[in-house]
Amino acid sequence: MAYSDKVVDHYNNPRNVGTLDKSASEVGTGLVGAPECGDVMRLQIRVNPETNVIEDAKFKTFGCGSAIASSSLATEWVKGKTIDEALAISNTDIVKELALPPVKIHCSVLAEDAIRAAIGDWKKKNSVAETTPVAVAAH
Amino acid sequence: MSNEISSTGVVVSESSTPLPAGVTLPIYMDNHATTPLDPRVLDAMMPYFGKVFGNAASRNHSFGWEAEQAVEKAREQIAKLIGATSKEIIFTSGATESNNLAIKGIAEMYRERGNHIITQVTEHKAVLDTCKKLEKQGYRVTYLPVQADGLIDIEDLKKAIDDKTILVSIMYANNEIGVVQPIREIGALCHEKGVLFHTDAVQAVGKIPVDVQKDNIDVLSLSGHKIYGPKGVGALYVRRRNPRVQISEQINGGGHERGMRSGTLNVPGIVGLGKACEIAGQEMEAEAKRETELRDYLKAKFEKALDYVHVNGNMDHHLPGNLNMSFVYVEGESLLMGINDVAVSSGSACTSATLEPSYVLKALGLGDDVAHSSIRFGLGRFNTKAEVDYVSDKIIDVVSKLRELSPLYEMVKEGIDLTKIEWAAH
Repeated sequence: MAYSDKVVDHYNNPRNVGTLDKSASEVGTGLVGAPECGDVMRLQIRVNPETNVIEDAKFKTFGCGSAIASSSLATEWVKGKTIDEALAISNTDIVKELALPPVKIHCSVLAEDAIRAAIGDWKKKNSVAETTPVAVAAH
Repeated sequence: MSNEISSTGVVVSESSTPLPAGVTLPIYMDNHATTPLDPRVLDAMMPYFGKVFGNAASRNHSFGWEAEQAVEKAREQIAKLIGATSKEIIFTSGATESNNLAIKGIAEMYRERGNHIITQVTEHKAVLDTCKKLEKQGYRVTYLPVQADGLIDIEDLKKAIDDKTILVSIMYANNEIGVVQPIREIGALCHEKGVLFHTDAVQAVGKIPVDVQKDNIDVLSLSGHKIYGPKGVGALYVRRRNPRVQISEQINGGGHERGMRSGTLNVPGIVGLGKACEIAGQEMEAEAKRETELRDYLKAKFEKALDYVHVNGNMDHHLPGNLNMSFVYVEGESLLMGINDVAVSSGSACTSATLEPSYVLKALGLGDDVAHSSIRFGLGRFNTKAEVDYVSDKIIDVVSKLRELSPLYEMVKEGIDLTKIEWAAH
């Protein structure tokens, strides 16, 4: 299949690859996906406790080129944003930016999940109450 | 990027390093999917696109006779390659049609004797889907499992045969993992039990010795485009003696091919198939040795340079040109993206709507993650050592890069057991 130039660019030059110390209190780690599904994303953020600004972000992804690009882009976008601003990033923004085809939309969903999971982990560590209520799906 | 602007203003990228001698991009290494036409085959076919255009069924003039003569020569070339007689060869449009004709034709013809068919789980879809259709029509189908090495257990087959079994259909060699089934034993067992034996031998014919007599095969499917012949032409071998196999026709019309397959013969295609079989027969021994050496060399290079590589399928009973390898903790499609000037296949199906990896690899009991990491190399007649070197170096490089990017590889290196993690399935 043909990839968009932006996907190819992120694949060839992934931004912010790496690992932050997951035991540090200012670091939030999100690990989403499953090896069986062919995608696992780990996205980490370092948050300034004074300002709630994400000062650093790192990722590692096992997955197709679109999954790598989606998570690479997510780290670029969350950097410099506050927690609340980062939570506003939606998968459709990623789909649009990377021109993902329909079969690759799940990659963008996973990237959004990774951002939320990393922020959730940081909040849990720092006992921050949920500022934006998450819609509760009926179980 | 380390692109530089030269003094002439031309962008010089890293990839402009000169290629090694004997390498032209893109490299084709997917010869199980299809093979390029051998130029000698094309030469043999050319007259039949031009002056010699007759209908092989025209009995009243030289145009027809000439076409018929060419077809009969091809029939002999094909028969010779598989140890058959020319009267036992029926021309079809390819192996999918051959498999359909064999299985449906036998099921229909022998319906009164029984309604049970035995096949196995790693067959090509042309066999599996045909069997599924027959199940809807009241036939009973047993899908034998395969062992971890991809081979069926002959004991399983023995147990599965009952007094209603009319047909066993087991492929000669697998298109994904290259394993060669114990065909001779299967055939002997079938003959002992009085059950017909069909084999989809598309990947085996012309690559390894196939002999319908010694292998006890009653019906065999083969295809032109897997053996450097043209697409759109194949054949079905149908045994005429001990036992005489009868097949109910699936296409009705002029009664061509002894009534088993109506339709005007594809003369140029048939001539090409015949020539392809002749060349394959002459060159098989040397070519199998050459491809086996190249494949073992490729495998050894990966095993030397990389950790966590996994060979899929039994390597002792294997096609010469096949290597199916999992580069664990790297997803197959992302690997293919890094080698986009090389044509190989991945067992990952990240592009498909289902996101399911290869059913063949799953049948081996491999975890989906290992299946998602697999690459199939299909070496063929026109691949060179220089190409194998180029491809292996490139893959080693890309796998290393992607593992730097892989959270799974990092976790395993830290000693974390991935199976103990509660993954959030999505």
